[in-house]
Order: sequence, then C-alpha cells, then structure tokens
Amino acid sequence: MRAQFVLSEIGVGLRRNLTMTFAVIVSVALSLALFGGSLLMREQVSTMKGYWYDKVNVNIFLCSRSDAETDPACAKGAATTEQKKQIRADLEKMPVVQSVQFETAEEAYKHYKEQFGKSPIAGSVTPDQMQESFRVKLRDPTKYAVISSAFAERPGVQLVQDQKDLLEDLFNLLSGANYAALGVMALMLVVALALIVNTVRVSAFSRRRETGIMRLVGASSFYIQIPFIMEAAFAGLLGACFACLLLVGGQYFLVNNWLAQHIDVVQFIGWDAVLGKLPLVIAIGVLMPALAAFVALWKYLRV
Amino acid sequence: MIRFDSVSKTYPKQNRPALRDVSLEIEKGEFVFLVGSSGSGKSTFLRLLLREERASHGQVHVLGKDLGRLSNWKVPQMRRRLGTVFQDFRLLPNKTVAQNVAFALEVIGKPRTEIRKAVPQVLELVGLGGKEGRMPGELSGGEQQRVAIARAFVNRPMLLIADEPTGNLDPQTSVGIMKLLDRINRTGTTVIMATHDQQIVDQMRKRVIELDQGRLVRDQSRGVYGYQN
Repeated sequence: MRAQFVLSEIGVGLRRNLTMTFAVIVSVALSLALFGGSLLMREQVSTMKGYWYDKVNVNIFLCSRSDAETDPACAKGAATTEQKKQIRADLEKMPVVQSVQFETAEEAYKHYKEQFGKSPIAGSVTPDQMQESFRVKLRDPTKYAVISSAFAERPGVQLVQDQKDLLEDLFNLLSGANYAALGVMALMLVVALALIVNTVRVSAFSRRRETGIMRLVGASSFYIQIPFIMEAAFAGLLGACFACLLLVGGQYFLVNNWLAQHIDVVQFIGWDAVLGKLPLVIAIGVLMPALAAFVALWKYLRV
Repeated sequence: MIRFDSVSKTYPKQNRPALRDVSLEIEKGEFVFLVGSSGSGKSTFLRLLLREERASHGQVHVLGKDLGRLSNWKVPQMRRRLGTVFQDFRLLPNKTVAQNVAFALEVIGKPRTEIRKAVPQVLELVGLGGKEGRMPGELSGGEQQRVAIARAFVNRPMLLIADEPTGNLDPQTSVGIMKLLDRINRTGTTVIMATHDQQIVDQMRKRVIELDQGRLVRDQSRGVYGYQN
C-alpha cells in the first residue's frame, strides 16, 4: 500500500466534491451533536435522580380529627398516641429505613404558612386542620413499596405518599424530550448517510476513468475502494470534530455559564461526562461514513 | 494459454446469444487476429478473456485458470498477468506519459524503486524515449496508443489483448503500432487483436479467427481478412 498515493487521491476527491463534502460534514456534525447531547441529557437525568432521590422522603400522613368525617380511610377517627408510637417503633425496626422524623400539626402549619402565607386561602387554614405525618428517609429510595404495603392499611394512617412520584413526572417529561431528540438524531443520521452514499457515488463516477484503468491493470478492489472510503471517513471525522466542539461549547456556555448560574436546586453534569462522550462521538463519526461508503461502492465498483 | 470449451454467452434480457458454442485454443506466443463485423461477438469474446463477463455455458480457461470458477477476489491477480489496449487509448489526461504508465504499477502496489526502473525502460521499448514528461493531449494519436501499449506491457504480461488498437489511427501510424505489437509478440507474449483493418490482417499473415453472429466461422493460420466490409 502506497500511503502517499492513497492520500493524494483522497485530497483530489474531497476538493472535487467540495459542496457535497461540506453537506456531509454539516449533517454528520449535527446528527452526532444531537446524539452526544442526548446521551448527556440521559446522564443529566440520572444525576438529577440521584440528587433528588437522596432528598425525597416517603410521607406517612396520619388521620386528623377533620379527616374522620371526609376520608373513609380515617373512619375510626384521628390517630391515637398509641398508634403513633407503634408506627414509629415499626418504622425504626425496618432495615430499609434510614431515619424517621415526626412532623406535628403545628410544624406542618408553620411550613404551610411559609410556603403559601400570602395566598388568600392560607387565612382560612387552622393548625388543627393540618395533618401530623412521619417523614421517612429510605436507604434505597426505590423500596417505597415496602413502606406502602406495611402502613397504608394501618388504622390511623390516611395516606402513604412517595415524593418520588412527584419527581417522576418531571423525569418522564425529560426523558420524553430525550426520545424526541433521539428521533431527530435518527432522521439527521439517515440524511447524513444518504448524503454520504450520494457523495461517494458522485466521487466514484467522476473518477470512473481512473477506477476503470485500475480494474483493468488488476488493482484489488480494496485498493480501488480505499480512497473513497477514506474520503468519507475523513469528512466524517471533520463532522465529528465539529460535533465535539458543539458539545464542549454547550457544556461551557449553556450549562456551566448559564444554567448553573441561574438554577441552583439542580446539580449539573460536569466535564468528565462531556469529555467521556467525545471518543464515542468521533469513533461513530469515522466508522459510520466509512461503512456507508463501503456499502455505496459495493455494487458500483465490483471487479 | 487460452482455451474455450463450447462457450456460449447470452446477456440478460436478450434472446440472441452473443457467442454460440465457441471452442478454440490459443497457444503461448501466438499472434491472433479476431475479425468479424460489428455485433459478431468480438467484444464479448474479449470481455470473457478479461473476466468482465462470465460464460453462460462452457468453460473459458485463461493462463491455466478456469475463469468460471475463479472467485471475484482473485480476478485482480489474474488481470495483472494480462495487458489490455483499447481503440480510445484510455489515458489519464491530467497525468504525464510516465505517470500514466507508472499508475498501472502504483495501483497494484509495486515498490517505487521498481517503478522508477520499469517505466523508462518500457517507454524506450515503445519508442517514446524522451517524451516521459509530456501530457497525453500534446501527443499524436499514434503516440498516445504507444503510451497505452507501454502501460499494458510494463508489467510484462503473458497475454496482450488489443481491442481495435488501430481503429482511430491513419494507415501509416497503424503500421507503426502493428510493428510494435509484433515486436512485443516476439518477446514471447501472446497477442490477441480484434480488428476491422483488412490491410493489416492481410499484410501480417497471422492466425485469423472470424466470428459471425456469435459463431466461430473460420480459424485459419497465416490467414487473410477474408470478407468485404
């Protein structure tokens, strides 16, 4: 294999198809940027899950006197001191439970005032309408069902609520958005591949005189195809580099310098996550166009 | 060297076969003219030799290989032992004479030192010594065909296939090309030449194979062109 010969052929091919090469680079860059972005998005969601699940509790709401009339679960009246003691003791015995906190009706009222103090309905709420509750912190936030099955039917318990459920909606939304991004990526990928196939065919056509002679004098099909494949791989590499720039730029400008400044309740992914994706993006950016070129040539340059 | 065993070739979607039951043998070192009117099957005959097509029936043996059984990836190796020359020269217009010849060696991965030695040698042989740096566009038709012959012969093939090599040349230039092919033949290379040029065939007095509508109608040693255009 004469490297210099192959390299000069690649250079000639890329220059001859400058506009097509440009289109390939742009479409590869966009689809790979979306691909990388979507991987990072997924990682962001799982980071957020870890962060939030650490902070969320399972709440066991106890029956208050007013619930006795409205909620069938509390038909036997407000939770007694005996019941509360039993629940607490049972909770503390469970291995999945990390810590238990009791919130009295007064504390609940205080929190409520803090949150909704200025709204008009806040005035109509009195401390005895608030519920007492246990705030249970789990060692493994996914083991919510254990608590629910053990306490939901207990006398004096109105409701076992997993705060995780509230977050789940948000995460579902985020992963929905992620799938949408993946869909757009897939479409861009198809466009990129079609462009590559087309570019390679044009390239092969414009060099049919050379390839015809190569076939006649007995050049192997590998030798005939390699300039075209390398050409596609090189354009793909450039596209992948642009995609990497977009990802790094996104992390620097969007995440580090904007989102992180404005939103402090969310922990954002760091550079390690972004940089870790770049080799994958580049590998795909090189291999995918090379494979597409190979397929495009399969029929075209047969011996 | 070459053996056709009742070879037929029918192209897809065509009823009339391009070659019908052709059997013949060509020995090493022979010079053979392939004559026949347009559509007689000359081109198909040559394409079968180059394994650009496979026979529909029968067997084609070239250089000891049964081309029907030769797998695709071995075809390039086989073609390296053949040289091919065409009516339209098929030179690369943006490469010099020497580069055109060198191209044939570069693409089969020959080392540079060997190329540097072989190219001037073969250009000298075809009578183009001193024109290594010219572009094909600056050369006459005869000279361009000499470059093409140099390219076909630079790898010292066992067999040279020429498809109407004088078709685009005037009679006087054609004589020069024929002398060159004759000289190549004398080095032991088998030459098969398809042609319409009556004068050349009659003058050379070599073996003549005539095809008509795909059939072998004449195989004559020291033959003449034999029919009127």
